[in-house]
Amino acid sequence: MHDIVSQAANFINLDSANLIYLFLVGFVGGLVSGFIGSGGAFVLTPGMMSLGVPALVAVASNMCHKFPKALVGSLKRAKYGQVDVKLGIVLGISAEAGVLYGASIQESIKKSFGDAGSNLYVSVAFVIILAVVGGFVLADAWKTYKSGNKNDEVENTTKLAKWVQSINIPGTMVYFKALNARVSVLFTIPLGFATGMLAATIAVGGFIGVPSMIYVLGAPSLMASATELVIAFVMGLGGSFKYAMHGLVDIRLAMIILAGSLFGIQLGAIGTTYVKPFMIKVVMGLIMVIVLFSRGIMVPVYLSQLGLIHTLSATTVKMLKSTSFAIMAFALLLGAFIVLRAMWQGRKADQATETETVLATSR
Amino acid sequence: MGSTHGSTKKKPYLKLLVAGVVSVALYVLLLTQQGVVNDYFSRGGLYAFLPIIAAFVFSFVHGSFTGNFWTVLGVEAAKKHREVK
Repeated sequence: MHDIVSQAANFINLDSANLIYLFLVGFVGGLVSGFIGSGGAFVLTPGMMSLGVPALVAVASNMCHKFPKALVGSLKRAKYGQVDVKLGIVLGISAEAGVLYGASIQESIKKSFGDAGSNLYVSVAFVIILAVVGGFVLADAWKTYKSGNKNDEVENTTKLAKWVQSINIPGTMVYFKALNARVSVLFTIPLGFATGMLAATIAVGGFIGVPSMIYVLGAPSLMASATELVIAFVMGLGGSFKYAMHGLVDIRLAMIILAGSLFGIQLGAIGTTYVKPFMIKVVMGLIMVIVLFSRGIMVPVYLSQLGLIHTLSATTVKMLKSTSFAIMAFALLLGAFIVLRAMWQGRKADQATETETVLATSR
Repeated sequence: MGSTHGSTKKKPYLKLLVAGVVSVALYVLLLTQQGVVNDYFSRGGLYAFLPIIAAFVFSFVHGSFTGNFWTVLGVEAAKKHREVK
C-alpha cells in the first residue's frame, strides 16, 4: 500500500509541451479506436511513462480516459445503427471478470519473477496472440482483396460462426441483433473473459474482442468494432473505479488525453460510414502485426534481465527500447493514415454519386 | 461529410459555442486548480467517485463540442449510413 501511496503522490508536473503531446497522442489513439473499436492504449501507456508517469498511474489514467471515450464513440456509432448494446454488455460483464483474473495473474507473476518476469509474460502474450489473431485477420482481409469482393457490403459468415449459431443449449440462448441469431451465452462468456484477460495483460482487449465477434460469433466487422466500444466502456468504468479507489488516477492526464481523443473518436466513427467492412480488418490486422514486432524485439531485453541469456549492454537495451516504441507509434500512425485516406476516398465517391443523382434528376 | 450534405441543414453554431465555452472553462478550472483537484481525486476510497463523475461530465460537454465541431466543418457521416443488419 505504501508503494501505491507514494506513486499517487508522484503525479508529474504538466508543462505545455506535455499537454500538446498528450493531446496529439490522444487524438491519433481516438481516431483509430473510433474506427476499429480499440487501440491507442498500447501507445498511450508507454507514452505517459516516457514523461515520467509511474506505470500504475499511467495504466489507471489511461483507463479513466478510455471509458468516457468509448461512451462517446459508441453513442456516435449507435446513430449509424452499428452497435449491439446487448452483445456489448453481455461480453463486457464477462470481460470485467477476465480483467480481474488477468490482473491477479499479473500480480502473482510479478511477485515470483519481478518486473522483468512480468514484462516478459506481457511481451510473449503480445507476440503469440497478435501473431495468431493478427495474422488471421490480415490473411482474411488479403483473401477478400484478392477475390475482388472488397467492395461487398455483406461479409461471409465463417463455418465456425455458423456452427456456434446452430448450437441450441436450452436456458442459455440469447438473441443478438448483430448476429441476427440466437447464441448460447456459454459461447459469449469465454470470449468476453478472454477479451478482459487480454485487456488486463496488454491493455487492448479489442484485439481478441473484435475478431472473436466476427469469426466466432458471426457479427459483421462494422458492428463488431462498434460493439467493442460498449465492451471497452463497461471494462473501463469498472477498472477506473478500482484504480481510483487506490487514488491512482491522475485526472489531469486522463482528461487531457480525452480532449484529443474525443476529436479523434468522432472522426474515426464518421469514417466507418464511408468505408467497406473489409477496411476494418485491414487496419486492425496491420496494427496487430506491426505491434507484434515492437513487443518481439523487447523479449531479449527481459530474457537478459532474468539471466536466461547473456547480459545485454545498456546501449543495446536503450536502442531496443526506443526502436520498440517507434514501431508502436508507427503502427498507430499508419492506422490513422489508412482511416483518413479511406475516409477521403469514400467521401469523394459519395459526392460523385450524389452529383450524378442530381444531374440525372435535373435532366 | 461534404458541404453538399451540410448545406441543406442548419449548422449547430450555437451548440458548438456553448459546449466550447463550457469545455474550455472545465479544462481551465482543472489545470489552474490542479493542486486541489489532485489532492481530493487521489484520496482513494469513496473519493473514487470524483474522477468517475468528472470523466462523465467532461465526456458529455467535450463530446458534444467535438461532435458539433466536425459537423460545423462539414465532416459528417456518409449520406446513406451503412446500416448493417
